[in-house]
Amino acid sequence: MTTAQEVRLRLSCVPDPEIPVLTIEDLGILRDVAVDGAHVTVTITPTYSGCPAMEEIRADIRSALEGLDVEVRTVLSPAWTTDWMSDDGRRKLAEYGIAPPRRTSGPVPVLLGGLTCPQCGSRDTEELSRFSSTACKSMWRCRSCREPFDHFKDH
Amino acid sequence: MSAAGLLERYTLRLGDDCLVLGQRLSEWAARAPSLEEDVALLNVALDQLGTARSLLGAVGDEDALAFLRDEPDWTNALLMELDGGDFGRTMARQLLVSAYQVPLWSALTSSTDAVLAGVAGKAVKEARYHLDHATSWVLRLGDGTEQSHRRVQAGLDAVWPYAFELFEADELTTSLVQQGVAADPALLQPVWRESVEQVLAEATLTVPDTGWRPTGGRTGRHTEAFGYLLAELQHLHRSHPGASW
Repeated sequence: MTTAQEVRLRLSCVPDPEIPVLTIEDLGILRDVAVDGAHVTVTITPTYSGCPAMEEIRADIRSALEGLDVEVRTVLSPAWTTDWMSDDGRRKLAEYGIAPPRRTSGPVPVLLGGLTCPQCGSRDTEELSRFSSTACKSMWRCRSCREPFDHFKDH
Repeated sequence: MSAAGLLERYTLRLGDDCLVLGQRLSEWAARAPSLEEDVALLNVALDQLGTARSLLGAVGDEDALAFLRDEPDWTNALLMELDGGDFGRTMARQLLVSAYQVPLWSALTSSTDAVLAGVAGKAVKEARYHLDHATSWVLRLGDGTEQSHRRVQAGLDAVWPYAFELFEADELTTSLVQQGVAADPALLQPVWRESVEQVLAEATLTVPDTGWRPTGGRTGRHTEAFGYLLAELQHLHRSHPGASW
């Protein structure tokens, strides 16, 4: 008999196809797991409207839950926000070389000014382009170590 | 026309706007002035396409709607189907579109229709990036060199008259606005006008002065350019009906 906990354990290895250090749980894409007898309902929410990774994520979810009677539901509301990204997720991003998103709301105010360079830690950084290789990222450069890096946009 | 029919038609208009614009922006792939701009324009196109898919999917089969409808059945505004022209014209058109989409999606987040509200909740954040991007380019080109100023002004002059179709009201919008489903075009227009004119003034560009108001997109009467756009969009699917990979 499958429990929601077991399902979540299986889903904990489903990575983001573009940024494989993050799982769909880290990203806040996985919204809910419900088990009703033998039927499992996994609810996910897309990040950006046109994110092409969502198809692969759906396929990976079904694959991770092979053998179970699974329905993958996509909900648009409430709209996904990077505020749902776990602290663990932010840490993993920084280690991977991508500047993590800053909080867009909450008691801690968003810090103005440059992001922290994931390579050398300097805050003397500048945005090169609001758009980068995927919808969720922007392109930055560190003026200190001169390395470019991606920023997972505050959304 | 039934209530469900009105909602579908309105949803389709919004979806067609996004799909046609996304298609036009995609034409910049490998042709933009710089690599960063190539990436930027395609990001904007992808956001539009994603929004279009959600909207078309709510009306029917998204593939059938995108690939098998002929011109008279498309209900996008003419502004979206215009040839992008040079980079200046594309940015001028994008400014006009995004300055409309931001208040549009913002208003629709309170739509009584759950699908529209959900789609709008995501699209409004993306539309703000698009508006920032178009604004910064219109400023740079307008308040730039003599050549950039002249060319972006020409681009703006070419697309300006088409913007007004976005704010036309008809029986459909009037009825749906009353039901709290649709965004009221009369409320969107002054917001749009103010934000656009502010950017144009700072860009040292002139607001075009023409009374010509082309229209017809909402009732399937499209420009000559649209035929070519549909041909490119639909040719592959129509040549291999039922194919998949």
